[in-house]
Amino acid sequence: MKEEKSFWRKLNAWINGEEALIHADEYIARREQPKKRQWLKRPNVQQLKANKGLYGFLCVLISVVFITIMLLVVSNLPTFGDPMDPANNEVMERYLEKGIEETGAINFVAGMILDYRAFDTFGESNVLFLAVICVLMLLKRDKKNISEAEDKEITEDEMLDAADHKSILKVGAKYLSPLIILYGIYVILNGHLSPGGGFSGGSIIGAGLILYAAANGHKKMQTFFTFKTFTGISVACLLTYCGCKSYSFFTGANHVGYAIPKGTPGDILSAGFILPLNICVGLIVAATMYGFYALFTKGDI
Amino acid sequence: MREIIAGIFICMGTIVFALSLLGIYRLKYVMNRMHAAAMGDTMGLGLMVIGLIILGHDVFHIAKYILVILFFWMSSPIASHMIGKVEMLTNKDYDERVHGK
Repeated sequence: MKEEKSFWRKLNAWINGEEALIHADEYIARREQPKKRQWLKRPNVQQLKANKGLYGFLCVLISVVFITIMLLVVSNLPTFGDPMDPANNEVMERYLEKGIEETGAINFVAGMILDYRAFDTFGESNVLFLAVICVLMLLKRDKKNISEAEDKEITEDEMLDAADHKSILKVGAKYLSPLIILYGIYVILNGHLSPGGGFSGGSIIGAGLILYAAANGHKKMQTFFTFKTFTGISVACLLTYCGCKSYSFFTGANHVGYAIPKGTPGDILSAGFILPLNICVGLIVAATMYGFYALFTKGDI
Repeated sequence: MREIIAGIFICMGTIVFALSLLGIYRLKYVMNRMHAAAMGDTMGLGLMVIGLIILGHDVFHIAKYILVILFFWMSSPIASHMIGKVEMLTNKDYDERVHGK
């Protein structure tokens, strides 16, 4: 009887358009508090510690799976040094005969690492960036990982460093570092024409930056090379590389329907994407070299 | 004739390099070793590059060699200077510094 009554009341209320709550007091007493959503999930340390065995098991399992996959792939590879291997006749012949025609680069090493094997080079650049980020996580100096005594010692060191004039080194760096950086730029820009390229030119530029930083101090370096510049350069170069190479891969990676002109081999503006890719790789390597130096000496880029 | 003169210079440079290498391994103290190492960078390289300049083809070929020498003779003394300075500032062992023990 009661249920029916409540049903009619409910229906009545629904028709009248009032969202009436029946047994409102009961509902209020029984309802659950609305949950506050935690957008930032923090791992519960107790929970993590309780599942130690599971984590160990999962680590071993994943490693075993990957090791198995790698061993299977290795067992399917052709034997090393066999003269009938494709790597020993077909690939080499193709590279030597059609390399310049297909990539447009006279320095064929650049053509190989930035055209046929561009994906590999992209991974290498990413590894460099990741390495700096990891070192940054471990070595960056901030209030949490440094005691007061260490902080005092470092400020004393900095004062001694500032009091030291280093005039010979300064004069040397004044004349040498622009020359070194200029030479690095030359090596990068001529990467597709002469021996060199992104990695070697980038490390030369990095050496020039390190010389400048050693002579003129960390503070002066920060007027034009801060952490922001570092991340900006690295990320912009990686994205440019990714964009250029994605275009090439989405057109089939065989240069059919590929609108970038190769130019005449031997010109500075030739060889399609190899020049911009060389510049990207060079900038990443230079920023990485200087980043490592700054992190290991001062603990800050 | 040109080849013979150039060969003599290059051989002399190689001998200087060999001597400086011997010095680096034989001497024990930083300053002495630096002096041995600097000999290769200055005199050995200089003699070798003179020999190569005599063999050179044209002006630009020779200019590159001169640039190599200039670069080395600018950078090597600065590096040696910094090493020596650090040694003087940090090594407090008087006996080692003066008597080379």
